[in-house]
Amino acid sequence: MSAPTGITRVTLLKDLRLEWRSKDAINSMLFFSLLVVVVFSFSFDPSAEESRQIAGGLVWVAFLFAAVVALNQTWAREIRNQVLDAYRVSPAPANSLFIAKTLGNFIFVSVLEALMTPLFIMFYRLRALGPAWPLLLVAALGTWALVVNGTFFAAMSLRTRSREIMLPLLLFPISIPALLAMVQATTSILNGEGARFWIVLLATYDLVFTTVCLLLFETVLNAE
Amino acid sequence: MKKLFPILGVLTAILLIYALYQALVVAPTERTMGDVQRIFYYHVPSAWTAFILFFINFGASVFYLIKRNPAADIVALVTAEVGVVFCTVVLITGPIWARPVWGIWWTWDMRLTSTLVLWLIYVSYLFLRRFSSSGETPLLAAALAVLGALCVPFVYFSIWFFRTQHPQPVMGGGGSIDPRMLHVLLINWLAFSCFAFLVCWSRYRLEKLQREVDHAHALESLMDPRGSAR
Repeated sequence: MSAPTGITRVTLLKDLRLEWRSKDAINSMLFFSLLVVVVFSFSFDPSAEESRQIAGGLVWVAFLFAAVVALNQTWAREIRNQVLDAYRVSPAPANSLFIAKTLGNFIFVSVLEALMTPLFIMFYRLRALGPAWPLLLVAALGTWALVVNGTFFAAMSLRTRSREIMLPLLLFPISIPALLAMVQATTSILNGEGARFWIVLLATYDLVFTTVCLLLFETVLNAE
Repeated sequence: MKKLFPILGVLTAILLIYALYQALVVAPTERTMGDVQRIFYYHVPSAWTAFILFFINFGASVFYLIKRNPAADIVALVTAEVGVVFCTVVLITGPIWARPVWGIWWTWDMRLTSTLVLWLIYVSYLFLRRFSSSGETPLLAAALAVLGALCVPFVYFSIWFFRTQHPQPVMGGGGSIDPRMLHVLLINWLAFSCFAFLVCWSRYRLEKLQREVDHAHALESLMDPRGSAR
């Protein structure tokens, strides 16, 4: 049991260290979502009341687009120097790699969200009408939903021509129910209403898709 | 098997013509909607056929993941292609009916939205098949088909939370339907299913031949290096 978790830890630490030194993913994600915020703000020019209604959608669309930027890079660095091929011939379990990559992306996107949320609040004059702490739960579950499928589909689109276009084509349709749940939960919480149905739906979605991705990842990694 | 194909083709053609006659002439005119309601005999059978084909796609994909049987992969490919065509028919006939009856072309209602999302999922499946290199396509596509099929209940439940505007389902819903209309509907469904089966079958044979040809070409170029340089 210790070996798989060890591989996960080593891979995760390696990714975090690489990211800490280069800051490639986080910088491009930050700048990208900043652009989305500004462009949306110009396109809609909402009042405080309107922005409360549309903020859930804006925030999550910005994060979804930004996450794709990071997800596209996640496997790219393993292609150079045939790292992924070396991994495939080694006896290390494929799922350890998958979990490490997913956790890494989860951390990157969470950092992005933590940095971008104050900006959203400022630009759109957001103020929740009820307790705002359930938003943390929604953010964690929603980010996991995006990242677990995203990491899986990024590994899949690695095998295709024009892989950078392929990832959103695969990820967005499957993510629609999760995205709907995140947006609805965020809007309900901002308006001081309950969001229990959406949070339960999101948690179930996370559970089901994490399980299936773990079951299928080895097949996708070794597909020849 | 080869003799059966033209026989089935003729039978399907007769059945389709009979179903068309039934839908346009025999079926009673709906009291409030009038003749526009007759599109229902194409809309609903297409939807059922598409759902069945997607279900077969899911089964074939799971089978492929377990057994790695190439025939299962061809079945999955064929059912997804034909299913997308039928699903497109549903999405086109729906608005044609909705415009005069509801006064709008489209609404983000439960059944409309989930059919649209289903269509999006299987179109992305066909994209993946198109863009991946041939050796890996079956496995990647099978994995995506499983994820896509698992997504369907989530789509349904998440959109169910919105108010629904679509008429209640014919089967298992609260609505009642004239038995003569139901009769015509079922004949149309039978005709459409036969047609879908026929198209799938011929597409299956085509795909199988195509793969054999590709295989033969690959072998040939291995045997004769000069020949492949042409």
